[in-house]
Amino acid sequence: MRTVRIGAGQGFYGDSLLPVLDVARYGDVQYIAFDTLAELTLAILEKDRRRDPDYGFPKDVVPMMRNLLPICREKGIRLVTNAGGINPRAAARAVAQVARELEIRLRIACITGHDILHRLDELAALGVEFRDPDGGRTLADIRDRVLFAAVYLGARAIADALDQGADVVISGRTTDAAQFLGPLLHEFRWAPDDWDRLAQGVVLGHLMECSGQVTGGNLQVGWEDVPNLERIGFPVAEVREDGTFVLTKPEGTGGAVTLRTVKEQLLYEIHDPTAYVTPDVVCDLTTTRLEQVGPDRVQVSGTRGKPAPETLKALVGFADGWMGEGYISFSWPKAYSKAKRAAEIVLRRLEMQGVKPEEVRVEYIGINSLWGPLAPEPEDEDKINEVRLRIAIRTQNKRDCEVLAREFPPLLLSGPPTASAVARTPTPRELLGLWPAQVPRHLVEPHIQITLEEV
Amino acid sequence: MGRKIRLVEICHARSGDKGNIADLSLFANDEAAWELIRREVTAERVAEYFRPVASGPVQRWEVPNLHALKFVVHGALGGGAPRSLRSDNLGKTFAAALLRMEIEVEE
Repeated sequence: MRTVRIGAGQGFYGDSLLPVLDVARYGDVQYIAFDTLAELTLAILEKDRRRDPDYGFPKDVVPMMRNLLPICREKGIRLVTNAGGINPRAAARAVAQVARELEIRLRIACITGHDILHRLDELAALGVEFRDPDGGRTLADIRDRVLFAAVYLGARAIADALDQGADVVISGRTTDAAQFLGPLLHEFRWAPDDWDRLAQGVVLGHLMECSGQVTGGNLQVGWEDVPNLERIGFPVAEVREDGTFVLTKPEGTGGAVTLRTVKEQLLYEIHDPTAYVTPDVVCDLTTTRLEQVGPDRVQVSGTRGKPAPETLKALVGFADGWMGEGYISFSWPKAYSKAKRAAEIVLRRLEMQGVKPEEVRVEYIGINSLWGPLAPEPEDEDKINEVRLRIAIRTQNKRDCEVLAREFPPLLLSGPPTASAVARTPTPRELLGLWPAQVPRHLVEPHIQITLEEV
Repeated sequence: MGRKIRLVEICHARSGDKGNIADLSLFANDEAAWELIRREVTAERVAEYFRPVASGPVQRWEVPNLHALKFVVHGALGGGAPRSLRSDNLGKTFAAALLRMEIEVEE
């Protein structure tokens, strides 16, 4: 039976640029797929685009392509990425520019149609509901603060772009898994209602989209035994036409592919395991079979699929106030008590200046900054050598954040003793509200466009 | 007489985010552990455990083919990662916190 080999290049905007080189050189792959967009990323990109209309896509696509294009031309590897972000045409132009500089001939496909920001009112008038999942606010309450609105598109357009001969496919908000399913649809011509094979393809994409998280990264129990994480191998899959695949990694790389690493990623952020909903198919992950078939080789088979949903998920992001922060450290003796006293002083000072934050969070780094009240209180303060205080506030007024930051340095002279390391207070950060929505497919899919450019 | 063990002794786990929801998976290391967590680690117990940090309900699913339980903890991330004041705004440490939970086992 014919097989296709596909590798993962990136798990998010900011991921290491190094492991993909091992995938390209030693992975023996025909395709490399990249997922660059988390829920948070589109908001960052929209802010970039407002500053400069030529931006609005993950900027690391440029160095990534500069490194990869020469290797990929030599080996005939095709690249699929959603690094179009909020501005796929600008990303495609940037990649074309890299190809020209390297004098590499390239067909670049650009997929648009995910962006519904300019259509929000039209869609709302047609009955699409945009509202707060945790409260009563509606679109009207946030309309003037909306930063982006994007629909999650599936793999069909990616497969179409590859059918048209693209060497590099750049899209906006296509799903993470679609980057991997697209090449499989192109190669194997799976029917649009071949739900079981599509489900296997989505499982493959889901397992690979977080790069090192399936090859030994972020392993809660047993992490000490994962070899050579500094040269972790990103995942590579060997896929059969029937949808069964073996997950592995490039020869000679670090990390591990075991039942444990694969299981943890299989259920990662999927909610209901009996119905993992994607634009292409609904997967029942309680039917997936995993088998270790060799060292760093896990076979994945048997996933049952159900018909794709009538609606597509959309995400609306809007400006939702500001976060101000301050940090300061204290040493033994009684480091924790000093930090607590400092927190009281800062919060009282905010009150004295009329600052009333919507929310205040006080964390003691070294004690409870990650777990909050779930962290056990220290039994013996004398054993704690140092504690770092963090206070964060949410407010609609950026100036409140500056008042907060201003109250930390005075503690050096006028607070509890041993205060230190107060430098480099973070600048206020704009916070972002995210509302999910469901949009009927027929209102979105006719707007999908593929543009092919030859460089 | 029963004794108490931490889940980390018989399980592994991973967690992440989706909006204001923490999404956790708990995997039993073997068949005996699977029967145990299926019985002991109920949605109610997990909801009780995370109550100090999560305002919403907890849903649970069984995934027998992986000897796993899936938990979805609502109202856990301060309004979602890009709006949250939490240092762990992505809910990455919820799995570790769950692994510290104690259950009762027979001697």
